Amino acid sequence: MRTVAVVGASLAGLSAARSLRKQGYDGRLVVIGDEPHRPYDRPPLSKEFLAGTVGEADLALESDDEDLRAEWLLGARAVGFRVDGAERVVLLDDGREVRADGVVVATGAVARNLPGTDGLAGVHTLRTLDDARALRDELALGGRLVVIGGGFIGAEVASTAYALGLDVTVIEAAPTPLAGPLGETMGGVVSALHEAHGVRLLCGVGVKGLSGETRVDAVLLEDGRTVPADIVVVGVGARPCVEWLEGSGVELDNGVKCGADGRTSVAGVVAVGDCASWYDPQAGFHRRVEHWTGARERPDAAVAALLSWGAVEARALRPPYFWSDQYGVKIQFAGHAAGADSVTVEEGAPGDRSFLAVYRCAGQPVAVLAMNQPRLFMRWRKQLAATAS
Amino acid sequence: MIPVCLLVDLPRGEAYRLDIDPPVSVFHTDDGEVFAIDDTCTHQDASLADGWLEGCEVECPLHASKFDLRTGAVDAPPAKRPVRTHEVLVQDGMIYVVPSTDAPNLPPCVASRLAGGPA
Repeated sequence: MRTVAVVGASLAGLSAARSLRKQGYDGRLVVIGDEPHRPYDRPPLSKEFLAGTVGEADLALESDDEDLRAEWLLGARAVGFRVDGAERVVLLDDGREVRADGVVVATGAVARNLPGTDGLAGVHTLRTLDDARALRDELALGGRLVVIGGGFIGAEVASTAYALGLDVTVIEAAPTPLAGPLGETMGGVVSALHEAHGVRLLCGVGVKGLSGETRVDAVLLEDGRTVPADIVVVGVGARPCVEWLEGSGVELDNGVKCGADGRTSVAGVVAVGDCASWYDPQAGFHRRVEHWTGARERPDAAVAALLSWGAVEARALRPPYFWSDQYGVKIQFAGHAAGADSVTVEEGAPGDRSFLAVYRCAGQPVAVLAMNQPRLFMRWRKQLAATAS
Repeated sequence: MIPVCLLVDLPRGEAYRLDIDPPVSVFHTDDGEVFAIDDTCTHQDASLADGWLEGCEVECPLHASKFDLRTGAVDAPPAKRPVRTHEVLVQDGMIYVVPSTDAPNLPPCVASRLAGGPA
């Protein structure tokens, strides 16, 4: 392989570039990113960066003396892809083409927005550094913040804004926030942190629309209520950025459909990070895992697969792990809650914001959740990994 | 030279946190080697003794930064600064740490707390 193009310059793309060099790839390496920035860390965008306690320099993912011998094409968006004989061709929005033997797809996901909110000032999504800058500047002015969506991003923004002194309301369409990732019971336990801090939580009600002429002034609910707002954050999930691959032969299904090692339906093309839907051999189906740790770890496996194209057997992945910080509480989760038939608190008490809960399926642990219990959590996380492999 | 514990009391794959200031963690690897590094992750306040030990590498229990126990180098982000290493001696079955005289790379929140400022 003489040229590898990594499309995407966030954590998954950078990790892939690093893996390529670490695994001995010595050829030309092109990294393409649609944002103008060098790779930066996103988790602080809803926490310390938004709170103003860490600056942009702290977000850099590369170290000062790091040299991956890569050509960086930043501010260039991939808009098309085709296979041309032995070459794979990435088409960029400025008309340039990047021809490569191998391609790593790491184009991530884009925040979903509410229809009809374009151009209304005071309405934000939070995904990129530019999003975070804009939101941080508005939060600094204070006022009433309404967060639409009680997922992790929404909850972290609510927590940060609460600490900054804003009046905060969280609106969640489902009866319980976080029921998808954590299940109903623990979703309720974790989202109870909002009301314990005086942040209003309205559940089971949809948003009909926003009101305001040039700037938002309220959120209109489907049950007829109106929630006044100076700032609105829409945190209703993300969709994978894969439009550029449509019709290219790379199979798509809720992201790029991949094997258990990141290989796509097209030889010489692997996909990693939030845009990739890897086959989970244990579950027996494909799923996208939108966690930081997946974007960090899976490129190792995908690059090994790219360089050998299946000659090397994929190592079993560790169970997915993510963390969240809300209202000064460290929340950690590993595994998959969806397959569980029970969840029990094994240590501590939710009311004390210090506990560990184990999710089981037919008696077997399948996931673990903890608040402020990093040591115990690690013990369980290792045990989950041992039983999974 | 600070006594840590008996080597037989620290099984392979385990870590011991030495409560000095700043704290130091001592790791006994699966290969039988013993290493000592600052216990606090250089990224944010977390105890590396609670981390995931694999080979000569420890992964932070919170945000998954990885450090090489032999050199202190960062093997995986989000940490960017290496963790300080300390010399380890094993004499008559006892583990000792010779604390480094280098400046530690503590995360901003911990460094300001040690300096007497706001956490």
